Amino acid sequence: MPFQSTVGDYQTVATLETFGFLPPMTQEEIYDQIAYIIAQGWSPVIEHVHPSGCMQTYWSYWKLPFFGEKDLNLIVSELEACHRAYPDHHVRIIGYDAYTQSQGTAFVVFQGR
Amino acid sequence: MSKKYDAGVKEYRDTYWTPEYVPLDTDLLACFKCTGQEGVPREEVAAAVAAESSTGTWSTVWSELLTDLEFYKGRCYRIEDVPGDPEAFYAFIAYPLDLFEEGSITNVLTSLVGNVFGFKALRHLRLEDIRFPIAFIKTCGGPPNGIVVERDRLNKYGRPLLGCTIKPKLGLSGKNYGRVVYECLRGGLDLTKDDENINSQPFQRWRERFEFVAEAVKLAQRETGEVKGHYLNCTANTPEELYERAEFAKELDMPIIMHDYITGGFTANTGLANWCRKNGMLLHIHRAMHAVIDRHPKHGIHFRVLAKCLRLSGGDQLHTGTVVGKLEGDRQTTLGYIDNLRESFVPEDRSRGNFFDQDWGSMPGVFAVASGGIHVWHMPALLAIFGDDSCLQFGGGTHGHPWGSAAGAAANRVALEACVKARNAGREIEKESRDILMEAAKHSPELAIALETWKEIKFEFDTVDKLDVQG
Repeated sequence: MPFQSTVGDYQTVATLETFGFLPPMTQEEIYDQIAYIIAQGWSPVIEHVHPSGCMQTYWSYWKLPFFGEKDLNLIVSELEACHRAYPDHHVRIIGYDAYTQSQGTAFVVFQGR
Repeated sequence: MSKKYDAGVKEYRDTYWTPEYVPLDTDLLACFKCTGQEGVPREEVAAAVAAESSTGTWSTVWSELLTDLEFYKGRCYRIEDVPGDPEAFYAFIAYPLDLFEEGSITNVLTSLVGNVFGFKALRHLRLEDIRFPIAFIKTCGGPPNGIVVERDRLNKYGRPLLGCTIKPKLGLSGKNYGRVVYECLRGGLDLTKDDENINSQPFQRWRERFEFVAEAVKLAQRETGEVKGHYLNCTANTPEELYERAEFAKELDMPIIMHDYITGGFTANTGLANWCRKNGMLLHIHRAMHAVIDRHPKHGIHFRVLAKCLRLSGGDQLHTGTVVGKLEGDRQTTLGYIDNLRESFVPEDRSRGNFFDQDWGSMPGVFAVASGGIHVWHMPALLAIFGDDSCLQFGGGTHGHPWGSAAGAAANRVALEACVKARNAGREIEKESRDILMEAAKHSPELAIALETWKEIKFEFDTVDKLDVQG
């Protein structure tokens, strides 16, 4: 077989950090990840930004961090409300760990355009 | 009470074997595995180790009486059998805090693993563990940034960092080298690394490498929208050169530099760590020469001691072996010392090789780096063993991809994220590793090819240095 036919061309993609290389998650898969955040004892935080600003350290908070919130459905409805209010923005969820003052996890749920 | 001078040679145990002694919280404690010459009693061997690594010498000397040696001497306070080894025993020795210069790992090691290791009454001697008192720890600078700050600077959360070493390790020109860096980073790696023996050779002087690499890092960052970095190896022949290289990396706006802390030495490492703290630079630490010192089960220094020393001397990432790859390392032992790199308190746990409770106070943590002969099939096990606060580095497992380094990088990134996602969703990633990777490969031809390429590669040799357990 000629060499050319076996080698693929890898194209650079712009991605948004964690889970950026996976196909978009189904609703159920997103629920699983939020449930994980809650189970770790982390506080859910929703942030959004216009795609042109995605490399900024600070994205805008949606409301305030949901300190101590354990209700999965409430977090999901807040994510959707944020997306409705800013349909062209990236929306991410963060599991904020106050003990380490770090993010236990963070990933983009809705991609803006 | 004043004493009279009595010249001559006394047995060490008369002075240095004190089984009734209760160690102080401020004492530095050490556990040595001792193998004495035949016929020498254990207490005498242990006391000799305590003496020779602290205040003692072979003969009584008059000038001892000018001071109060009871205050300064090291003491052996406990002897234990080594499970499964009738000829060796553990000696636990307590050293008063004032024997050591504040913040100086160099000074601690010069005492504890100095002359005593060549002592004739011993056949073998191994420093198994040190309990650093919090009073000493508070005098050390430690990691220039630590795990939390490193994550914030690199914007990586909820997963291990992903990296690789540039290959071939020697012989590329600066421009060609920068090309390989660019390919890896655009493919989805967070970080790339200079191999440890890349310093400033005739085929590629350091300045040329730094410039091309900086261009590659910035370009990949612009194109992917993610934060990228490359460990620029600043290890050099003199401290002056070391700092010159570090300064230039900073001038180029690079986030991270690298040092080899054993061949470079603790003094150089501590100085560079201080420079990094002052200049907002992350510090990656390689450990060339460690296996010379730590691999023999009866002689040398266990890596857990070298790892603790690095955390005190300063570094934001340290190589720890992989457990599953081509290099030596038993799983429980590895877990024991990566705890000591990352946690703020590590309890005594012999099943992990930790001989003492170790309180790290507020000292920041160090990322554990797993590198060496690992490929995409190892990903679930690596995530399970090392957790999120680690950096997984695939060299051959990136560049060896049939489509090249960018595709190799993408394959690893997809595999890593698939494993993290599965773990978070409650799946048992080690048991279900095959299913998780095969599912992920459906959406990634790069991963599918990587899985095919490395499906038969294993490194199944028994570990040389095992934990001491009854066989």
